Amino acid sequence: MRELLDDLDRWRSAGTAVAMARVVDLEGSGPRLVGAAMAVTQDGEVSGSVSGGCVEGAVVVEALEVLATGDRRMVSFGYSDDEAFEVGLTCGGTIHLFIEPLDW
Amino acid sequence: MSTSDEQPSFEQPLFEQLRDAIRAESPVALATVVEGEFTGAKLIVQPAAQSSGTLGNADLDRVVARDARGELAAGRSGIRHYGLHGEAREGAVSVFIESFAPPPRMLIFGAVDFTAALARVAKVLGYRVTVCDARAVFATKTRFPMADEVVVEWPNRLLDEVGADLGERDAICILTHDAKFDVPAVVSSLATDVGYIGVMGSRRTHDDRTRRLIDAGVDEAGLARLRSPIGLDIGARTPEETAVSITAEIIARHTGRDAKSLTITDGPIHG
Repeated sequence: MRELLDDLDRWRSAGTAVAMARVVDLEGSGPRLVGAAMAVTQDGEVSGSVSGGCVEGAVVVEALEVLATGDRRMVSFGYSDDEAFEVGLTCGGTIHLFIEPLDW
Repeated sequence: MSTSDEQPSFEQPLFEQLRDAIRAESPVALATVVEGEFTGAKLIVQPAAQSSGTLGNADLDRVVARDARGELAAGRSGIRHYGLHGEAREGAVSVFIESFAPPPRMLIFGAVDFTAALARVAKVLGYRVTVCDARAVFATKTRFPMADEVVVEWPNRLLDEVGADLGERDAICILTHDAKFDVPAVVSSLATDVGYIGVMGSRRTHDDRTRRLIDAGVDEAGLARLRSPIGLDIGARTPEETAVSITAEIIARHTGRDAKSLTITDGPIHG
């Protein structure tokens, strides 16, 4: 989150709604560490990343939905994940994200 | 030690409290309920200050604050599971504890031509960089604008001040390759718990320095802690390439890898 602070600050002071996705758990091989974070604004502007680019597109979709519903949630992506999403980490790991509005 | 059931602070939104602590490079942990009754509830925990926010009740806050301080001290982040009131071995509530430890430090001894490149690469990797040289004419902020601080001092004197704070994540790079500076710098570095000590110099400089270090009382274990000559064998020539060789060695030392090309190895890629 450290590297997102400037963007988050700017968006907060402009009154832009922002959702933040944070990697809270990893199983197997993953390109980023627990704590990697990505922020998505209501306009679809993005800062940061949570993987090597494998799941970012799907995270944007989830984040916009979280902004629309205000509903915080855990989302998982993985090689073995055959439900919900056709996306996963090419490295074969599973990534667990917590996505929530930046309303705190 | 204080906990959230004393007098929580309501003045500032939690995000701003977290942001300010991170920017001040003051250790802070953010605990968030990610599964459970109060999903999204938060507690901000610092080593020596009272916690802010709440995860739902004071019992849970107290237990999580204790665990968060432990995680913060170890620089770890992860999910922990609790009962509704913080009971161990239950799973009603999942809490993500994220540690924001201050950035690791790199001390570079010697304001030489390799120093600026190393300081730049170290900044990219997130280090707080100090350049130190006893010669005031070389150790200037103008020559090293990318460094967080430039100190005119003998390395051993700087280490007398800051050596006790150095730990496993920190690095010392001794680039002076001049025995009059680097022998006392190595001896003082070995007295710290710093995770990496690299010493620049040719093979001949290295051999000569090793003899001087032994004369200065450095034992086998001390010599074995040194990365000398500094860096990985990637054929680096320019200051920039050398900076990559040094920082790559620091990464490999942390992950315990022997830094072969991935082409000729197998197994997971990410350390």
